[in-house]
Amino acid sequence: MGGQVGRGFPALEAGGTSSSFFDHVSRSNPELLPFRAGLPAGQLPATPHGTTIVALSFAGGVLMAGDRRATMGSMIANRHIEKVFPADRHSVLGIAGTAGIAVDIVRLFQVELEHYEKIEGTSLSLEGKANRLGAMIRANLPMALQGLSVVPLFAGVEAGDPSGRLFSYDVTGGRYEELEHHSVGSGSVFARGALKKLWRPGLTADEAVAVAVEALIDASDDDSATGGPDLVRQLWPVVYLVKADGAARVGQDALAAVVESIVARRMTERREA
Amino acid sequence: MAQQFYVSPEQIMKDRADFARKGIARGKSVVVLGCRDGIALVAENPSPTLHKIGEIYDRIAFAAVGKYNEFESLRQAGVRYADVRGYSYDRVDVTARGLASVYAQSLGTVFTAEQKPFEVELAVAEVGETESGDHIFRLNFDGSIADVSGFLAMGGQADIVQAALAALWQPGAGLGQVLRWAVAALESPHAQAAAGVAASGSAKPPVAGGAHLPAATLEVAVLERTAAAERGSHRAFRRLGDDEVASALAASS
Repeated sequence: MGGQVGRGFPALEAGGTSSSFFDHVSRSNPELLPFRAGLPAGQLPATPHGTTIVALSFAGGVLMAGDRRATMGSMIANRHIEKVFPADRHSVLGIAGTAGIAVDIVRLFQVELEHYEKIEGTSLSLEGKANRLGAMIRANLPMALQGLSVVPLFAGVEAGDPSGRLFSYDVTGGRYEELEHHSVGSGSVFARGALKKLWRPGLTADEAVAVAVEALIDASDDDSATGGPDLVRQLWPVVYLVKADGAARVGQDALAAVVESIVARRMTERREA
Repeated sequence: MAQQFYVSPEQIMKDRADFARKGIARGKSVVVLGCRDGIALVAENPSPTLHKIGEIYDRIAFAAVGKYNEFESLRQAGVRYADVRGYSYDRVDVTARGLASVYAQSLGTVFTAEQKPFEVELAVAEVGETESGDHIFRLNFDGSIADVSGFLAMGGQADIVQAALAALWQPGAGLGQVLRWAVAALESPHAQAAAGVAASGSAKPPVAGGAHLPAATLEVAVLERTAAAERGSHRAFRRLGDDEVASALAASS
């Protein structure tokens, strides 16, 4: 009789021994998860989709940047959306695909890392974080089969190690380590082409920001779903730098200067990009 | 079948409470103090890894005395409760009051229904925008809950530590100052014991200056009031290393 009550702390479940928030919620409150298996068949109305994310390594860390557009079919659903987020102090993730689910997966992933850190008293290894993200994307596979896919890009540094690492994913949760640079989303093909020409080993942080912004401008030039820098509304890409001392967002003023120099150069050149 | 003797409910509850009190009194003390810079949590704990103080959520911390396995399971349950709540509502919707009340329910249920009560005493602290916005809750093994203002001491010989804190503590002090108060209060039971030994004429001489707790025997953490503005982090909880504690303690003496 005693054991029965012990298992049922009124509001606190002490039973589980897992340090994973994702596992805990899957067991105790599965309805809170962004993905649910067994969606009935039906016609899905157009939903906002996030587009292009680029990431690249530089001397002393890794950078991730995303444009600010979400599209719904051929419409622009949102001009201000942010698709790159800090996952914890030493890693960031960007998301492409169905925005509604992607943003919730980001939130789930952020809580997952913080939860582990609080329960265990130490933070997960970078590989461990990358694997947990893969597990979440795999859990979303039934939704992906219905057309609600989410494809993240994950980047970070191991605490105390200055070299950054990049991980890409497919909808089945497959995790692939990328070298030098990578991009995901609808404009990724064009961004990748730009990165191949612009990236070089040993970039400084400032040069890396300029390379990422220019790759996004190139993507927006050819992909209608990727938003370029908006000079009228003063909207710049979201750019995060992850170095050994932590992840930090690049300020609006710094980005404005980078965008203006790229645009000015292209205006004087007057070429087809 | 053996005849069961009647035992009055009063006697059962008293026996359980005595049992829990005895378990708690064996351990060392923990103090929680509010100050201008936030809330300081200080424990006498020689182990650098088996923590008595922990982070629960953005602005909420946990401190405990008693049996390690019992309060550790309560701490983990508290982290799960806070993370689930913050994930399903919003981060600002996780409050110390909510957490303290589920802790009270759990402790109360265990006290009355389980084979043995938890031999623990908990503190749940939440740092506010100003010192008047701070909350410190104290939870007993039987599920009783108290809203404490300013400071609290719990654990073995908590009454001596509490009396020492009551004489020292004042609102509006800086972090270094309250750490020195906390350590002075934690040292006071040792000093009394040493004085008692000296008075009874025992062969063992008292330690010079009563008793001294070096930084290595202390576990110190702080909930920083301005963490969001200064560190750009939503997490106010920060552990202080031995060096930092030693330099804070050395500042005045």
